[in-house]
Amino acid sequence: MPIRIKKEAVPEGISRRVKEISGIDINGCLQCKKCTNGCPVSGYTASSPAEIIKKLQLGAGKELLDSEIIWTCVSCSTCYSRCPMEINMAQVMDALRVLAEETGAATPDGNMPLMNKILLGTIKTFGRTYDLGAMALYKAGTASYMKDMDKVPMILKKGKIALLPSQGADKKMVKQIFNHLEKARKK
Amino acid sequence: MKYAYFPGCSAESTARDLYLSTLAIAPVLGIEFVEPKGWSCCGTTMAHQVDHDLSVSLAAANLLKVKDMGLNMVVSCASCYSRMKIANHEISTHPKTREKIAATLGRDYDGSVKVRHFVEIILEDMGLAAFKKALTHSLQGLKVASYYGCLLVRPPEIASFDDPENPVYMDRLIHAMGGVGLDWPHKVECCGGSLTLTRSDLVIKLSEAIIAMAKDAGAQCIAVACPMCQINLDMRQANILKATGKRYNMPIIYITQLMGLCLGMSEQVLGLNKLIISPQETLNFIQSSIRS
Repeated sequence: MPIRIKKEAVPEGISRRVKEISGIDINGCLQCKKCTNGCPVSGYTASSPAEIIKKLQLGAGKELLDSEIIWTCVSCSTCYSRCPMEINMAQVMDALRVLAEETGAATPDGNMPLMNKILLGTIKTFGRTYDLGAMALYKAGTASYMKDMDKVPMILKKGKIALLPSQGADKKMVKQIFNHLEKARKK
Repeated sequence: MKYAYFPGCSAESTARDLYLSTLAIAPVLGIEFVEPKGWSCCGTTMAHQVDHDLSVSLAAANLLKVKDMGLNMVVSCASCYSRMKIANHEISTHPKTREKIAATLGRDYDGSVKVRHFVEIILEDMGLAAFKKALTHSLQGLKVASYYGCLLVRPPEIASFDDPENPVYMDRLIHAMGGVGLDWPHKVECCGGSLTLTRSDLVIKLSEAIIAMAKDAGAQCIAVACPMCQINLDMRQANILKATGKRYNMPIIYITQLMGLCLGMSEQVLGLNKLIISPQETLNFIQSSIRS
């Protein structure tokens, strides 16, 4: 299958930024595709880990950041575990997510960036995740009220989800972490 | 055997059953747990997708608390296990990261607190012989597919949990309890983990592949050690039925719950009533075997 890329003004495309963020050098990739063969989602999603690496090597531009696999990647690390060149593809994917957010790339199906933001918001507020609150906010944000609504009464009844947020965390420390890193990012 | 026990956020919510069963069996096995005061979220699947330093800091804040206790950390959630170990790795191999995390936390952490999974301390610290001695009941031939998922075993050089492609730790516990740990190929496949609410269409496909393979291997239940695997495999069987018409009715039981049953504990104490696919058939089988 031919791999097509759109080059942009910066000759190395986004691969230089990926290396800056993740510290991972992708140039050793042999295109053996063990990563792709082991990837649980590449069979169900556009693109694959090996294709992402090839595109980075060829100097792809921002359109790479619209790739669905950046957000369907489950961070299972099968790619990295089986890579003969020990390329940590899971961290490359994390770097691509950061860049996708930075550059305002297309919102993926299921809007994972929103889910991340909401869940991290619950951690910042309570020091621990608050699933039920996050679910409600996510549903409001994606207008997907009906999806999985049959599950909520069932898991509530079984006590398989907490009704109220936890109160026991060292909230001061968690706030300090978020505030410090938010300031560092702005610099 | 005394450890700092890190419950993780799911212990108070979606994995209350894992928490209850772990705390119920630990003292019977001679394990003493102390919870770090004010423990907070490890950053789990979200933080590393947004900011590397945030994910390391959130985990390190807890590791530092445990270091102050002068103990090593035991976790029962595979995601906490993974994030804590990755934080230790990042801090001890990248001096720059260590500096940044120290600035964020206001204190230096050297990455030295050992992080262990509950299953590991049973096998490595207690030993199978002592574990067997503590048992009062047997699984008597129950066929169990042990499912390890991703976060316990990968990436191998950081997780260093058993064998990354064919782990057998849970199988060894099942054999010790008188069950049959099945040899099956999907032990370390991914269930879809963090995509559970955002891309349930994918989670349904990935989870079905795992459950179908376990069924083909002759499993009467699947044993798990990760809260995300448990809820995906358990809750999504209703969606699988709707999408494919296939009713698997496969109980997804925490390894700690199976251990509790073999220590003679009740379903209530072990939180077995919280499972979505009823484990009743499995329980009946164990009980009928015990009587016969």
